Amino acid sequence: MDLTLTPELAAFRDEVRTFLAAHEGEHEGGAPKDPKAWQKTLIAHGYAARTIPKAYGGYGAQPDILKSRIIAEEFIAASAPRGMSGQGIAMLVPTLLEVGSEEQKTRWIPPTLSGEILWCQGYSEPGAGSDLANLQTRAVEDGDDFVISGSKIWTSTAMQAQMMFCLVRTEPLAAKHEGISYLLFPMSTPGIEVRPLKTMTGQAEFNEVFFTDVRVPKANVVGGRGRGWFVANTTLKHERGMLGDPNATEARLKALAEVMTTERVDGERIIDNPIFRDRLMQLQARVLSMKFNGLRTLTDDTAGLARMIVKLQGCELNHQLAALAIDALGELGILYQDGPHLRAKGRWQWNYMFDLGLIIGGGTAQIQKNIISERGLGMPREPKVVEA
Amino acid sequence: MRFALSEDQTLLQDSVNRTLADLVPLERVRRFADGDQATAPDIWAGLADLGLPGLMIPEEHGGLGLGMVEAALAAEALGRVTAPTPFLGSGVLAPLALTLAGTAEQRARWLPKLASGEATAGAAISEGVAGARDGAGVTAGSGRLNGKALFALDAASADLLIVGDRAGGLNLALTASRTQPMPGIDATRPLWELTFEDAPAQALASNMALERLRDAAWIVLAADTLGAAQGMLDKAVAYAKERKQFGRTIGSFQAVKHLCAEMAAELEPARALVWYAAYAFDHVPEEAALMAAHAKAHTSEIGRFIARTATEVHGGVGMTDLLGLHYAFKRIGQNRQLLGGPERVREIAARLQGLAA
Repeated sequence: MDLTLTPELAAFRDEVRTFLAAHEGEHEGGAPKDPKAWQKTLIAHGYAARTIPKAYGGYGAQPDILKSRIIAEEFIAASAPRGMSGQGIAMLVPTLLEVGSEEQKTRWIPPTLSGEILWCQGYSEPGAGSDLANLQTRAVEDGDDFVISGSKIWTSTAMQAQMMFCLVRTEPLAAKHEGISYLLFPMSTPGIEVRPLKTMTGQAEFNEVFFTDVRVPKANVVGGRGRGWFVANTTLKHERGMLGDPNATEARLKALAEVMTTERVDGERIIDNPIFRDRLMQLQARVLSMKFNGLRTLTDDTAGLARMIVKLQGCELNHQLAALAIDALGELGILYQDGPHLRAKGRWQWNYMFDLGLIIGGGTAQIQKNIISERGLGMPREPKVVEA
Repeated sequence: MRFALSEDQTLLQDSVNRTLADLVPLERVRRFADGDQATAPDIWAGLADLGLPGLMIPEEHGGLGLGMVEAALAAEALGRVTAPTPFLGSGVLAPLALTLAGTAEQRARWLPKLASGEATAGAAISEGVAGARDGAGVTAGSGRLNGKALFALDAASADLLIVGDRAGGLNLALTASRTQPMPGIDATRPLWELTFEDAPAQALASNMALERLRDAAWIVLAADTLGAAQGMLDKAVAYAKERKQFGRTIGSFQAVKHLCAEMAAELEPARALVWYAAYAFDHVPEEAALMAAHAKAHTSEIGRFIARTATEVHGGVGMTDLLGLHYAFKRIGQNRQLLGGPERVREIAARLQGLAA
């Protein structure tokens, strides 16, 4: 255990702070005033797309988890927005870097990083959720093209996205995991229809996407025909790293403590109620545990199990933080639409509802528990049902 | 920066675990718990070969001169096998009290003997940390102690006692006027009621020493619970892989394996919290008390969950004396209440941040 920073890292922290102070005026309320310009500035200084090679529009630094951690901490402390996220940057780019062809990397990574191209992910289907490999969207060979028919669900940003990375079944006779290919295509391709999927939050954070004879060149396959399942697993690994991120949890605790120390009922601060105070302390201990667990996963080779539990515990903890904020607000916690008494634009209720989706999505809590017990604790798998 | 055990720390952990596997098999725990001996000198002597009694004692006084991270690792190993030892009182609290607040003469007289295991020490700080019950409390004055101290640690046949008084000070006494057992759930670590009637004592110098002792005790109890809970989880997983019902090992049922996953998911982050609290005790003074409080309260909560869940995974046999699972169950239960239950400790955590009056 040695948590002191080397002089190089201490200097790096100062550098990040100096940058943030100099660019304070370029964001407001946690959002950049000009998202594309902010993204460009961040990449130029190495605070976004940090380890992506310069040739593909990144900053080109060597991976250094501690520097990445320092950047995250300082951006939270300054309430400064991070670079663009979204599934293209978080999932497609790392996947292309690992398994994409040179032509695919050069063509797709730079405009994705700069925010010119927004992507959506076509994985889940109505009949293929936790059992993703059961997906049925078909891509039939026709000359130099595949012709796609079927549908996808839970597709975030499908209305805005220009491109989709998508899993389709190209080899109907192959075994379940071996008949899938990973395809890239424009959302403007004829035969694609997007229908917004309204959720309990009242908004449509997801969509359904329907394909009717959608023609896509075979050259758009990433990682080889029939290899899509393995390519997708590269991507899922990146998604799970994103869900349950302890930095985001820490920021939420900070906002919750703010609510409890400023809001008053009958003139008394919420924090002065011993029951609420105790609940806050219980969650603070959990947030600290996940923060140190996160630090450990960055630097400890023996932290395999510690890494596996992040999605399960982190998403649950975020949900509990939102729940406590709603409870602390009392009747005010009900308010959700614009109005004179609304707090934080109704985001606590929104988080409480939407986060349930994060507990379910990206591998449900129950799938996570299968992974932890089977891969982490070496427990036996559920026997397969013999199909009649 | 590295949030991981160093090579030396890993070696220490491994050698303590190995030694304990030989010294403290379940049979030895059972013999201690069922017997009428209040101490297990064979175990303490065996651990003295590793230097454990003097782990935190400066090298100039014959100890290993190590810090709280190492003490937490040792406590975790002791908790894992529910070892009956005076580690908290004799290995941690007394050396710390003497180092922080003892005179040169007191240090020279006691630390080498504690380090070798030749002498042991007890500690009575419950009233100042967990609050006074049943009229307990010790008054110090003119070199004498008067009153009662409850829930004293490791006081059986101790050669010296560290005693907290009503004014928040610490005193060094050689013996109490009376030492009576307070039989509790955890027979592996007996607790004592000490009565002082004009008992001679020397006052220790520093006023802040009681807070440091409290933080150290919280971290050691947290690490002990972590170890006991890890031991229970390991046993539950092993049992679920072995036991068959309906023609399958019960560990292949999701109803059972998900319980194990939940235990692991609670335990792993708690380990990082305990490590950090121990690190902060030595290196980050401004965070030390808060982290110790959170480590104590949080391991109490997840410890309770794991103790009952691991027992449940074992089915009926988990309830019996046969597997000895209950020793860890009770140890976790005792650690939870000892020196402040989670509600009291969290209130102190809030106060430390200015969130409570």
